[in-house]
Amino acid sequence: MAGDRKRGGTGAVADALDGAWTAAMGLTEPPMRALQRAIGAARMPWAFLAPNLAFFGLFVFLPLLIDVWFSLTGGPRLFPSQRPYVGADQYRHLLACGNYLDPSTCDQDRFWRAVRNTAEFTLFQVGAIVVVSLATAIALNRRIVAKGFFRAVFFFPVLLSPVVVALVWKWILQRDGLLNAVLGAAGFGKTLFFVSPGWAMFWAIFVSVWAHMGFYTLILLAGLQAIPADLYEAAEMDRTPPWRAFARITLPLLAPSLLVVAVLALIKAVQIFDEVFVLTGGGPGSATLMVVQYIYETGFSGVVQDFGLAAAASVALGVALFGLTLAQLRLSRGKEGAT
Amino acid sequence: MDRRKLLMALALGAGLASGTPARAATELHMMWYSDGGEGQVMKDLLAGFEKANPDIKVTLDEVPYKAIQESLPVQLAAGKGPDLARVTNLGGLAQYYLDLRPDLKDAAYFDKNFGPFLAWMRKPGDTTSIPGIMTQLTVTGPFINKTLFDQAKVAVPGPGTTWDQWAKTVKDVADKTKTPYPLAMDRSGHRFMALAMSEGAKLFDDKGNPAVIDDGFKAAAQRIADWHKSGIMPKEIWGAVSGSTYRGANDEFKNGQVVMYFSGSWQIAQFAKTIGTDFDWQAVPEPCGPAACTGMPGGAALVALKTTQHPKEVARLVDYLASEPVLSEFYARSLFIPGHLGLASKGLDYKTDNPLAKAALNVFASDVATLSPVAYKMQGYGHNFIVFNAVISRLGQVVVGEIPLDEAYKRIADDIAQQIAEADKKKN
Repeated sequence: MAGDRKRGGTGAVADALDGAWTAAMGLTEPPMRALQRAIGAARMPWAFLAPNLAFFGLFVFLPLLIDVWFSLTGGPRLFPSQRPYVGADQYRHLLACGNYLDPSTCDQDRFWRAVRNTAEFTLFQVGAIVVVSLATAIALNRRIVAKGFFRAVFFFPVLLSPVVVALVWKWILQRDGLLNAVLGAAGFGKTLFFVSPGWAMFWAIFVSVWAHMGFYTLILLAGLQAIPADLYEAAEMDRTPPWRAFARITLPLLAPSLLVVAVLALIKAVQIFDEVFVLTGGGPGSATLMVVQYIYETGFSGVVQDFGLAAAASVALGVALFGLTLAQLRLSRGKEGAT
Repeated sequence: MDRRKLLMALALGAGLASGTPARAATELHMMWYSDGGEGQVMKDLLAGFEKANPDIKVTLDEVPYKAIQESLPVQLAAGKGPDLARVTNLGGLAQYYLDLRPDLKDAAYFDKNFGPFLAWMRKPGDTTSIPGIMTQLTVTGPFINKTLFDQAKVAVPGPGTTWDQWAKTVKDVADKTKTPYPLAMDRSGHRFMALAMSEGAKLFDDKGNPAVIDDGFKAAAQRIADWHKSGIMPKEIWGAVSGSTYRGANDEFKNGQVVMYFSGSWQIAQFAKTIGTDFDWQAVPEPCGPAACTGMPGGAALVALKTTQHPKEVARLVDYLASEPVLSEFYARSLFIPGHLGLASKGLDYKTDNPLAKAALNVFASDVATLSPVAYKMQGYGHNFIVFNAVISRLGQVVVGEIPLDEAYKRIADDIAQQIAEADKKKN
């Protein structure tokens, strides 16, 4: 009885809300009809897209255009109207190089060092993200004790601010940090991780993988759970070894998810800034200086705010990211075509 | 009954009206960073100003030093900024300063007491503007951990000791006391210049343009490279970050990990406060080279900015803060070397019972008279921070073995020329 009353009450509230919603929608009908009469049914989609387009134009396309304009101007002034036009000088200056594989032959050697570091970081970080996330997803997809707890543990770093992640690891890795204390207790000497170029890059990649793998693990876990279980049962009945099942069932069916993970991780890696900036400051020397940090330092933290050169570097980065996105689209379309 | 209620309400209203403090008509914003406790001293002084000037309210916006160096210039370039700010890049931001001369009560007082320092804040060719006042005059110089010398049973070298002798001595002390850092120097081109000028760097050509790379400069740069290679200087300070990022070794010194720390007079207040009785520290005379025994002068100034909408009120505030009683209280409580000639000649009664701090202040104050003329010229040069940053950025790369010294010299000269050209680029 009580349950019926409760359902009856809920139903009444739902009916009331439904009525209010229909009435509200009814109010929008006259102006929409008027608009359709004015611009025609074929143009109505533009009316619906207009608010989003305006937002996008104001906060994405307009800054993009201003950025391109800045890259064609020089001097320390901020307002575009006060900046002298210099044509492609900033690009010439940025790209002038005897040998692109040797930054010391380039006019802007720090930019090319940053490009090289970013490429190295991206290569190893994305590779590690894919392998580690896949291994973790497979482990978490098995019947293990406290599965929910472990899933939460691996996802937790994703929720942390990149600055917090970098600071925590900085305290662990510094001369008198936790890791050196442990190494000292085990009889090893102290290692100065942040003054060795190799170690600094290793830890920049390690910390980044640690911080982001949870997100990619989640994508791959969803992909694994979408693979029909009967395929594995059939393989088991055929006495297929586990590695063969992995190579012939798991990998091919997980390929779309792996592609998404690789592309997302790639784009994020090229844009890396905050974690590495807080962890190593781009050092030692310029061993972990990344392209975005170069842009920030050139445009904002120098004595002379070289907005033009920074804008040229950011346009170059934008072109690279655009190329990566196009490659992703082509790859994913190729996959769709194949399946 | 009703009449009585009405009368009570009127009385209450009148009472409230008379008790309400006068609302300040003008609010001024002062952007401020602190090295030690000078922010609190400034707050106390501002309270006195507001009491005497109830129509003006001053808000002290305390920010990290990095915000002064990086955010303030962008704000000013965008035409948005505070009414006043405490800055150290005195000449580099000169285009944004407001000339207070027309609104000051007694401009001659400023000319007389801040004259040489006002030149540091002016644009080239400007000989008259009064943009602000010096909140401190600084001198770079070394501090030593005296307790470590005592433990190592090594005598503290006296005046006239060369950089090389100091390097050898502090290495000896560090080895005997197992201290990780024998010699630390702030990661700053400004600090490096003291060593360079002592080794004979001239820094300018005959026409007054920067010509940084010469034999004196190279001798100093070679020492920095060698000291890092031999472990006399720790790579964590100069090598662990990138570009022109500033890094101090004050925390390491306060933790007793450094035998000799080359920084400057602005560290005295925080050392007095935080080191306490943990160990004995002292400022020692400037180390010498073949050309000089010199540090670099510098300082911070409170400047009025063109972005203010209230120039007259800003001038009233600067008049108040520049007055001898107020400024002497500020310097004395903050433990700063005065950037006011009158107060410097009279001397200050520093408000500290810490004998180490008082002794250190005396050492730095006596260093002022012995600074190289080249040092004053570099401090007054409008693009000096371009020079400092180019030097530190490239020598940082040398320290970690990324580029050789010869390439660093070429890059330093190129960076300086390119950045000065960019800074001077204007629309025709």
